[in-house]
Formats: sequence, C-alpha cells, structure tokens
Amino acid sequence: MTTAIDSPHRPARRVSRFLDARPRWRLAGLLTGPALWLVVLYFGSLMALFLTSLYRLNDDATRITEQMGTSNYHELLTTSVYRDIVVRTIGVAVLVTVIDIVLALPIAFFIAKIARPRLRTVLITAVLVPLWGSYLVKAFAWRAILGSPGGVLDKTFGSSPGYGLPAVVIVLAYLWLPYMIVPIYAGLDRLPDSLLEASNDLGAGFWLTFRTVVIPILFPAIVAGSVFTFSLSMGDYIAVALVGGPTQMIGSVVYANFASNLPFAAAFATVPVLVMVFYLLGIRRTGALENL
Amino acid sequence: MTHVNRSTRFGFRLWTVVVIAFLWLPLAVVAVLSFNTSSSLAWPPKGLTLHWWGKAVQNQGARDALLMSIKTAVFATVIALLLGTAAAFAVQRYRFFGREPLSLMIVLPIALPGIVTGIALNAAFRQIGLDLGIITLVIAHATFCVVVVYNNVLARLRRMSPNLEEASADLGADMFQTFRMVTFPLLRSALLAGGLLAFGLSFDEIVVTTFTNGAGTDLQTLPQWILSNLSRGDQQPIVNVMATAVMLFSLVPVWAAQRLTGEQSGLAGR
Repeated sequence: MTTAIDSPHRPARRVSRFLDARPRWRLAGLLTGPALWLVVLYFGSLMALFLTSLYRLNDDATRITEQMGTSNYHELLTTSVYRDIVVRTIGVAVLVTVIDIVLALPIAFFIAKIARPRLRTVLITAVLVPLWGSYLVKAFAWRAILGSPGGVLDKTFGSSPGYGLPAVVIVLAYLWLPYMIVPIYAGLDRLPDSLLEASNDLGAGFWLTFRTVVIPILFPAIVAGSVFTFSLSMGDYIAVALVGGPTQMIGSVVYANFASNLPFAAAFATVPVLVMVFYLLGIRRTGALENL
Repeated sequence: MTHVNRSTRFGFRLWTVVVIAFLWLPLAVVAVLSFNTSSSLAWPPKGLTLHWWGKAVQNQGARDALLMSIKTAVFATVIALLLGTAAAFAVQRYRFFGREPLSLMIVLPIALPGIVTGIALNAAFRQIGLDLGIITLVIAHATFCVVVVYNNVLARLRRMSPNLEEASADLGADMFQTFRMVTFPLLRSALLAGGLLAFGLSFDEIVVTTFTNGAGTDLQTLPQWILSNLSRGDQQPIVNVMATAVMLFSLVPVWAAQRLTGEQSGLAGR
C-alpha cells in the first residue's frame, strides 16, 4: 500500500476525529436519510391512505367529503360480493403459497445438496432468469398457453382449463415460484452437509432427516418466501384480468375504484395491509425477515 | 454429499427438470412467437421470420420506453444503494430506540402488495402537489428497492470482522480512509449484487409504476409500453421481441450476481 496517511490537519481528518468521539452523531448521519424516506414519506403515505379510507364521496359522487366515518368499511363488510372477493383472494394467496412450497422444496434441495457445483450454477441461473423475464409478458404468454380453444395446451393436448379461477391460481403460482425457490435454496446453501451426515450416522433415513432436520431449519426461509407469494398474490390485478375471465380479486376492486372512489379503494386496500402487517409481526421472531 | 439413495435422487432430478421446464415454458412460447410470420398469438406459428426483430429495433416508442426504464432504474438503484447501505450500518452497528420498527419499515414496501404502495404514494404526491413524472417514479421505485440493498449489505456486515477496521484505525487511518480502503472493498460485491437486484426490480415493475408515473406517452417505461401495446394486435410481435431481448440481456447480470455473491444472502424481490 503506497497511500500515505495525510497530515492531521486535513479537513476530513478533523471531521473524522470529531465524529469518532460522537457515536450519536454518526448514527444520526446514517439514519436521517432512511428514516425520512421510509418513515416520513412511505409510512406517512400509508397513514394518509388510511385516513382517506375514513372519508367518503358526497352524494352525487363527484368529490370526496371530509366527513370522517366508517361507512366504507361497513360497505365492505356487509356487501356479500366484497366479502366473497376478500375470502377468494386470501384463499388464492394461501393456495398459491402452498403450491409454490411444494414445487420449490425438492428443486431447491436438489440444486443445493445433490447437484454438483457446476450444474448448480447452471440450475440456479435457470431459476433466476425467468424472474427477469417481464411479468407482463409472462402473464400474457399464459394467455396464449391457456386459451381455449386455440391455446398452446388446447392445440397440443386437446384440453385446457381455459380462463377463470383455476387459471389465476396456476399463473400466480408460476409467476411467484422463483420468489419461493430462492430463499429456500439460500437457506439450504447455509445448512452444513455435516448436519445431514450426522443425522444419517445416527440412523435416520433420508426422509426422516428431511422431515426432522431439513424442514425445521428451513422454516424461516420458507416463511420468507411465503411473504412474497402471499403478498404478491393478494395485490395482483393484471394477471387476474388477463387469465381470470370474470374472476375478481382484492387488487381488481382497488384498481377499479381508484379513480372513481378513492376512499373506498383505500378501505379495500387496508385489507391486504392488515393481513400482511399481522403476518409480518407474527413471523418476526422466526428470523424470516432476514431471509427476504 | 448427502446420503440419498438412487431412486430418491432420481425423483429429485425429475422434479427439478419438470419445474424448470414449467418455469421456461411461457418464455419459450414468447421467444418462438417473436419469430412468428403471423402477427397473432395463434399456436403453432405458421412460419419463422426475423421481420419483427427488425421492426422492434426501429420502433421509436419501444426505444424511448427502454431508455426511460433504464434511467428510472439507474436513479432508483443509486438512491437505494445510499439509503440501504446507511440503514444497514445503523442497524448492524448501533443499538437505538426504534431499531426494530425501522428494520420492519424497510421490509414493508416489498411485503405490501404493489397496488397499496402505488395508491398510497399517488395520493401523497397529489396531496403535496408534486406532478407525476420521472421524479415521483424514481422516488417510488427507490422506496421498494432499498430493502434488497439493505439485506445484502446487512448480511455482509454480519460476517465482517470488526478487527479489520480497528486495525486500520490503529494504523492511523481516519474514518473515511478506513471506509475507502478497508470497509468498501469488503462490501463491494454485496453492493453490486444488491444494486443489480434493485435495478432488475425497478426495471420490471408495473403496478407501482402505473400509479406514480405521469400520463404522457413520452414518460412510459418499458413495462408500461408493453401493457399499452398488448391490447393492440398489430404490436404484439414487437412486444414478444422486446420481451425476448430483455430476457437474453438479463442472463449477463444474473450470471454475474451469481458469481459475485458466492453464497446467496437472500434476494428480496428477485
């Protein structure tokens, strides 16, 4: 290293010495940006949205009145169509999450623990590249695949589920699958092989080891993946519109009401927020958030 | 290597092949259709041609949109790198009031559905009288990109020994010199990996974008351009070309990030 350490009178050095003795100042310097951005701007916006959900439109639905009340929530909870949409959306999100866990576990295990290193790099790239393919184009490709009649499946196998709720589940499970594979793979990658060998040496067969050693250790990673699959499913409206036929989800209602009735859209949007906030608070102790 | 018997191993291999085929099926369909002689989505293609690839290169709208997407992603990534790194240092190196809520707050923009983030920021921007455009778009994108940088840097800081920085200080380096010559080189690959992920996340985003970008066609990002052209049959093949091209280009950063990080530290969003 040829860099000379400069004289003690350089301004940077004075600043450094000043800060060195003052950890609180250093902390303030680090925190100001992120705190302003995330707490004031982002969290502030969310709070403002929540406030908006308490307003309502005036009687001829031309502008928002500043009368506070819970009428939007009342409408949401008492209209059966909306209740069905909430239940359907959460159901789809759960189903998509479960499908993705089932699909992701074996492939992540194969990549991390069975494949040789060179094949491993190829496979993980094969999983990650589809993630970079445009979301829209993938959803639209599924339109071409599932279309009935005339879609790829229909032309090749003579049958297809067509557009509707099953198509929504298939396409959302497809779209978010890499978000599940990646954290599980990362979790397995950190899991030492010696642990599996120890289990084997103690007489446990492969499946017993898988069930009692691998799955519990992977739990935070699986939960981390489920944050994505769950949240992304709950908010989607574009894929739903492309392959869902008449299917409506929470995202569809929020999108449809955004321009015409913002307070109602805001009230509907608080449903996924509440679900996710409770979910995040519930999983905080599992250490899943660091696996995101 | 793990003790897996042959039939179980075969089962895992088969499952892997099937799932990867599932992941690539729609992409393959799009790639094939980008060479389709007919402009419809009809399957199978009637014949193959390079016609649409030529058209796409000349398409001004697609080129402008690509440029807009790159600009937005670059700005958002730079902001995310600064904020994410600062937040990771604060959370990893200090104990302070509100540390837990802050780390939850960083995750929130990506844990909440995009439509929620989108309408919340849209309403806030209108409330403070900010015209929607590239500035609001970059602000919104940076918000959900912070977490990927944060997680990558945090994971790296956890494994980094504080001895190195102490040694540097003992040898007379000031805080900035230590950062430049010791800490930063150790963080570089984590920053690059986080930055690539942030770029990719921003580049493909459509939902938050819909609500936080201006209405002018000159402002359209590539996903917005794709969305508005998906419904126009005559543009369909050009959309397929753009999608295929972007996917091919993405091979480079994905491979690079893969080699750089060595081990995976979690890929929030991507």
